Amino acid sequence: MKRASQKKYDPPESPRSVGWTKSQTVRLIPPGAPWRLESGGVLRAVEVEYETYGELNRARNNAVLVLHALSGDAHVAGWDAEAEARGRRWRLRKPGWWDEVVGPGKALDTRRFFVICSNVLGGCYGTTGPRSINPETGRRYGLSFPRVTVGDWVRLQARLLDHLGIERLHGVVGGSLGGQQAIEWAMAFPDRVERCIVLAASPRLSAQGLAFNAVGRFAIMNDPKFAGGDYEDGQGPNAGLAAARMLAHITYLSEKGMHHKFGRRLRNGRRADFGFGVEFEVESYLEYQGRTFVERFDADAYLYITRAMDYYDCAESWGGGDLARACRRVRAKILVVSFSSDWLYPPAHCKEFALQLCRAGKPVSYVEVPSTLGHDAFLVETEAVGGLISSFFAPGASEVSA
Amino acid sequence: MKRSRVPDACALRYCAVGEIAAALEPRLRNADAETLRRWLREQARSSAKAAPARWQDAWIEREIPAGAKVLDLGCGGGELLSRLMREKKVRGQGVEIDPAAVMRCVALDVPVLQSDLDDGLQGFADGRFDFVILEETVQTLRHPLRVLNEMLRVGRHGIVSFPNFGYWRVRLALALEGRMPVTERLPYRWHDTPNIHLFTLRDLLDWADEAGVRIVRGYSLVEGEVRPLSAEDNLRAEEALLVLARRRGARKERQGAAARRAGDRRREDGGR
Repeated sequence: MKRASQKKYDPPESPRSVGWTKSQTVRLIPPGAPWRLESGGVLRAVEVEYETYGELNRARNNAVLVLHALSGDAHVAGWDAEAEARGRRWRLRKPGWWDEVVGPGKALDTRRFFVICSNVLGGCYGTTGPRSINPETGRRYGLSFPRVTVGDWVRLQARLLDHLGIERLHGVVGGSLGGQQAIEWAMAFPDRVERCIVLAASPRLSAQGLAFNAVGRFAIMNDPKFAGGDYEDGQGPNAGLAAARMLAHITYLSEKGMHHKFGRRLRNGRRADFGFGVEFEVESYLEYQGRTFVERFDADAYLYITRAMDYYDCAESWGGGDLARACRRVRAKILVVSFSSDWLYPPAHCKEFALQLCRAGKPVSYVEVPSTLGHDAFLVETEAVGGLISSFFAPGASEVSA
Repeated sequence: MKRSRVPDACALRYCAVGEIAAALEPRLRNADAETLRRWLREQARSSAKAAPARWQDAWIEREIPAGAKVLDLGCGGGELLSRLMREKKVRGQGVEIDPAAVMRCVALDVPVLQSDLDDGLQGFADGRFDFVILEETVQTLRHPLRVLNEMLRVGRHGIVSFPNFGYWRVRLALALEGRMPVTERLPYRWHDTPNIHLFTLRDLLDWADEAGVRIVRGYSLVEGEVRPLSAEDNLRAEEALLVLARRRGARKERQGAAARRAGDRRREDGGR
């Protein structure tokens, strides 16, 4: 099958790989010091799982925080040494999700930068979330877990930096929902960020984006196995979660990209068999995406994270509804990157954000990368994105200025 | 019209050429065809003295005071802005349409927005910049006047540099060859040129006059040397560089126009 598996990965022993990785976990909200979330909910104990690559320098000014997207995790680069032990077998097949960009000598060069990424609150990769045990009841939170927001995530990341002894970040970078976290960083902690890269993201999701998330949640919550979010591990609403992923995946591609990749080809070149099974290649691809997603993701976490994505609106949080006012808070240099065929966060929306920053008198760069790969381009167009990251985070390093 | 009454093509040529020659060298007024021919041969052998590469940059740098807010429209790879930011501590912002050039700006740490100037500058607030630069860009625009007007809306001063299509060598080339001129400064052929709105210095000065725009200072490139703009430069200047500002009162006039649009009915035109 023509899958992504044809890609060549840097093996752990490659000098361009960060090698074998181990995540770390830290309790950032100790019991006894409850933490209030934006939703009004309160958490009494929060653990955060994160990974780091490279070394923090003496001046502590070379840290770059990577912000993962909806289905991403803290495993950005390298090969998870504990994939088997911790039941994350999907990580045996491939390195971290941004391995092409992050590593020694790569665009985000771990010989130069100390790279950090943590799993978001409410997710399913080690940081406290709906599948964690509520210390008060001794049972899983399920849907009793308080609603989380992008603002909460970023405040928690700031606590992680406190823990690591980092006052100021050289840079933050993220795509999609990660890009919105990058925006939030620039507004919530203007003095702690030097440079900010926002990939394929805008200050808020469009009505169309909200609609897709709603259908995804509908599929999960109406799967009979959802059981009000209180299902046993592995016994959850897999069909609903797969459907949500399949739908979302369509929004990550483009009409043209899909045409190039699959056209109307039938699987294995067979004839139509007039059944209702998987016949077209595009069906096969989506079915594969859905099936592999349920192996590695949790339905409750999907609800929480898509909700955080829906609610995010930095104009509301920081400008009383006025984006221009919110933009005036920013002190970081910002680079906004859009992708021409992205219809989830369309270039026009990204550009408008850049113009708002400009109107607020901020130095801002806006680049539209030509691509037929849709929203996914922020992960796949690694050459263009990598080039932008390396020159924006280390200007003048690759070129002698004229 | 009878064929016989059409002036001989040769005479027509020398008529145009004679005018140009006389304007450049008064001794050639009413010169005979042979003298003109000789003069032309001399001119054809000589070519314009080369100007320093990107001569405009140095003059733009002189015009811009330290710490100014500068918008460079069509900033290319950001070299000028980068130097202004480094040496004059200006607060620079570039706009550029070509993705490869935009990447170079990012590498030079020059803030740049990838955008088509012809889409307008609606994103920029009135008077946000001290200087707005249009270096060798106006002639490439689909809507040059819209962009020129926008330039003086978002900036207190505009700096415009452009190839002068009224330059005598261009005129001679057109008159003698009957083809679109290809010169060192205008190196393209008619079909592959990005210069879709070529114009003369006089055209631009006419526009300035009509639009209530003042020429604060002007420079022209004449035979490889930069000198202050003078009256006969529409013929002599290969390129020109102008510092522009709205005429006093012109801004009011525009505000007046805005007020009229808002429903306040006043007299039609302020004071052209």
